[in-house]
Amino acid sequence: MKRSLFYLLPILVLGVLIALFWRGLYLNPRILPSPLIGNAVPTFNLPELRHPDSPLTQQILIGHVSLVNVWGTWCYACREEQQTLMAFSRQNVVPIYGWDYKDDRQAALAWLAQRGDPYTAVAFDASGDAAINWGVYGAPETFLIDARGIIRYKYIGPLTPDVIQNDLLPRIQALQHEGT
Amino acid sequence: MRQLLWVTLATSVLFCLWLPSARAVDSEAPFSNPQLQQRYEGLIHDFRCLVCFDESIANSDADLAADFRHQVHQMVADGKSDQEIKTFMIKRYGDFILYQPPLQPSTWVLWGGPFVLLVIGLVTLIFILRRRARMHNVEGDNA
Repeated sequence: MKRSLFYLLPILVLGVLIALFWRGLYLNPRILPSPLIGNAVPTFNLPELRHPDSPLTQQILIGHVSLVNVWGTWCYACREEQQTLMAFSRQNVVPIYGWDYKDDRQAALAWLAQRGDPYTAVAFDASGDAAINWGVYGAPETFLIDARGIIRYKYIGPLTPDVIQNDLLPRIQALQHEGT
Repeated sequence: MRQLLWVTLATSVLFCLWLPSARAVDSEAPFSNPQLQQRYEGLIHDFRCLVCFDESIANSDADLAADFRHQVHQMVADGKSDQEIKTFMIKRYGDFILYQPPLQPSTWVLWGGPFVLLVIGLVTLIFILRRRARMHNVEGDNA
């Protein structure tokens, strides 16, 4: 009795390991949960991409639910995402703020002129230094901000119609109800 | 045949010796104060580059690693302590930014697991050896 239990042990351990590794296969290690969720948006002071003379600060994010979308013309996945954002911005659900990350102003302006501009305003972060305060480590990344200026959700990777419908829209609507 | 083995071995050793010099990616100006430079170099080995997970920001030539090095450099220059700099990065990127995960409840299995397995292995070994010894004795008695 005791001996059979002893022989069973390695099989049991193996079983547990297989279960863990199996689950690990379906986790995406590239997606890191942001510790900033539940915190106020970091302070920033950046030029507006299209109007360099008028600086943008975290103040613009207060008073309404909004999205902050980190992008750059160097980012391949942002191309696809741009079309999704254009379609979403036409629905006028929330203002979408752009965060042009580690980019060239002329290239960024040309990109928006060519592909359409879904953004209410675009903060131009040429060096990417300000983005460190947001815990940005790539593009695209999208933050959902509530009316008090608290980060409530972060999506890493390109937004697709499916992500907007299933991940973002329900959260946006819940936050908009919270505010009224 | 034997000669070939020696050549292979020598090349591998040389290759390993040469490896460290391959990490000349840091473009930050060195501190004039050697103590600060030492702290800076220690710190950049502690942070993970988040686009190339298996490299520290000291070894990675990714853009993001350069930005992180710049940030650390700036904070060291501003007189921030090592702990302040680590807290700054963890607050923004989470524990994963540290190359060495901190010891805390969520990482107990990670840190303790290998030792638990070692103990299980040792206990098994002792158990088997003892039983074998006993079986030998029994055989000896029969003879």
